[in-house]
Amino acid sequence: MPRKKFEPGHDVEHLSILDEKGKLDSRLEPEIDDELLLKMHRTMLFSRRFDEALLKWQRQGRIGTFAPVSGQEAAQVGSAAVLEEEDWMVPAFREFAAAVWRGTPPVGLLLYTAGYNEGGAIPEEQHDLPIAIPVASQLVHAVGIAYGIKYREREQVVLTYFGDGATSEGDFHEAMNMAAVFSTPIVFVCQNNQWAISVPREKQARSRTLAQRALAYGMPGIQVDGNDLLAVYVATQEAVERARAGKGPTLIECVTYRLSVHTTADDPGKYRSEKEVKKWEKRDPIPRFQNYLGNKNLLSKDEIEKLEKEIKEEIQGVWHETEKQMERLGDPMDMFEYIFHEMPPYLEEQRDAYAEFLKERKENHDG
Amino acid sequence: MADLTMVEAINLALRQEMENDDRVLVLGEDVGVDGGVFRVTDGLIDEFGEERSIDTPVAEAGIVGMSIGMAIYGLRPVCEMQFSGFSYFAFHQVEGHAARMRWRSRGRYGIPMVIRMPYGGGVHALEHHSESREVIYAHTPGLKMVIPSGPRSARALLVSAIRDPDPVIFFESKLMYRSLREEVPDDEETLPIGESRVVREGSDLTMISYGAMLHRTLEAAEKLSEDDGVEPEVVDLLTISPLDDRKFTDSVRKTGRVVVVHEAPRSFGPAGEIMARINERSFYYLEAPVERVTGFDVHVPYFAREQAYLPDVDRIVYGARKALNA
Repeated sequence: MPRKKFEPGHDVEHLSILDEKGKLDSRLEPEIDDELLLKMHRTMLFSRRFDEALLKWQRQGRIGTFAPVSGQEAAQVGSAAVLEEEDWMVPAFREFAAAVWRGTPPVGLLLYTAGYNEGGAIPEEQHDLPIAIPVASQLVHAVGIAYGIKYREREQVVLTYFGDGATSEGDFHEAMNMAAVFSTPIVFVCQNNQWAISVPREKQARSRTLAQRALAYGMPGIQVDGNDLLAVYVATQEAVERARAGKGPTLIECVTYRLSVHTTADDPGKYRSEKEVKKWEKRDPIPRFQNYLGNKNLLSKDEIEKLEKEIKEEIQGVWHETEKQMERLGDPMDMFEYIFHEMPPYLEEQRDAYAEFLKERKENHDG
Repeated sequence: MADLTMVEAINLALRQEMENDDRVLVLGEDVGVDGGVFRVTDGLIDEFGEERSIDTPVAEAGIVGMSIGMAIYGLRPVCEMQFSGFSYFAFHQVEGHAARMRWRSRGRYGIPMVIRMPYGGGVHALEHHSESREVIYAHTPGLKMVIPSGPRSARALLVSAIRDPDPVIFFESKLMYRSLREEVPDDEETLPIGESRVVREGSDLTMISYGAMLHRTLEAAEKLSEDDGVEPEVVDLLTISPLDDRKFTDSVRKTGRVVVVHEAPRSFGPAGEIMARINERSFYYLEAPVERVTGFDVHVPYFAREQAYLPDVDRIVYGARKALNA
């Protein structure tokens, strides 16, 4: 038998609509409501400013370690915005902008960074999972939820986020494979932000794109300019439509950049050049989108200024509200809660013994 | 009533729970068409279809992780690790998420799931097929760890585990899968998780065990009764965590002498925790140091020597006599 080429069964594409110089490919431009465009812009801007405020508060010792979102706002908002309220969003640990879009109160996010478990609570009406810190581990949960949707014959879809580093984990492989084998309604959104802490994208995988990995699992893959909100939106919309139509999963690789630190515990100066950061600052998703909205006469410079002021005040309000809540949340006995549906006797005993100790210590101290 | 092996009894529990509740489904490697490598899930696919009796790819983390997602969505997955020796592939999902999701989400997402897995030695298996690592799970906050000791308790505890609002690790002794039969009622029967029971009454010595080793412990108790004229009381733990210390506390306060038996390695094993509880609750009732008869702190030898690793009746009697004669 002669040698012949295999057809992989799906294509891998690259999509860019609004390039870094602000040039629009109008043939590919999606039709999006003005109101939705402005809401997406506001969420991106809010997330950026909140990120900056968090960094400041962290440096002042007022909150703990967190993973900044700066630079990745378009990849998150452009994808999350496609979801319906009934759909599910399964984040990793940097999806601050997506969480805000989905309705997570910023006070909760701030409480989380300040070290309070209460901040991890998901509002009852929201179909989102809490932050998952172990890299790629959340992807298999997303597949399980998607299996449940299929089993119950519902119209929902699941969208899950992860980074370039996550594609090296076993859970990524298991999730992609199982999602395809069971043909589940799920969209995998990889935010390839070029750096997994200190390891660059090219040391993470030899494949030319991360999107092409989809082919090995029997699903379509698409690489988009992740700093181009329009491209992210269009690719996600197609993937969500496929999933909802029962046609299975899609992998989207958003090529983006982490403009800030991995977390507040590291120093990027040790592993990447200032020149590289400068290059990506020119590709910043927010000014690019503002320019687009300006050209459409939807957003003026004055309006941006007004919005900036409004956001600044809102963030101050979030801080004050969080401070108030923190004052109420001092009770260490809370740590015994939510381990089980009902507290088992041995845990009650540990809790009571600790309460007794605290009481005695306080009496001794006061006495 | 039917005279069932443990394999058949577990199958009955799964079948009845799947009939009663369409949220219940089973998933794992070879659990569908093949009915599981031990035939525990035999026939479920014929009755409930491949959507509820799911043959998965070979991916333990994926199986447990998907089950977590299913539980979050409102289903009640019962997943199978083909052997407990392969469950470590999934341990980060168990520790990192199944055990933590209720806590992390402040009660929004409980994880009502069961992870079944065969454990233990004595069946001439290959490497990685004979271990008894219940403490790994028992040591993890947020998990329940159950080890039935026979067909009837396996059926009743599995039904409870499936209905439990929290994740339950369910160890099934391979040695007991087909080695004994018990009468199992046709109608529903449950046993509470977190409750041990006295399976032999006596007043001279307290013997504490569970799972496959319970039977060797009971044999040893009979031997002590016949040969030494002492009447040991035997406690079957059934649940390792949350550990029920009430039954053995009562017993120890009565007998003052204790031997704990398990096939898990000795150091940091379940006996260590049991001895700590005895120390906390019954120290002044003790007549002798507490003895433990356990596996050694080695890997289970290949099967030519595995019986030397496992506690047997003679070793248990030897340990018991030390406690009796001290």
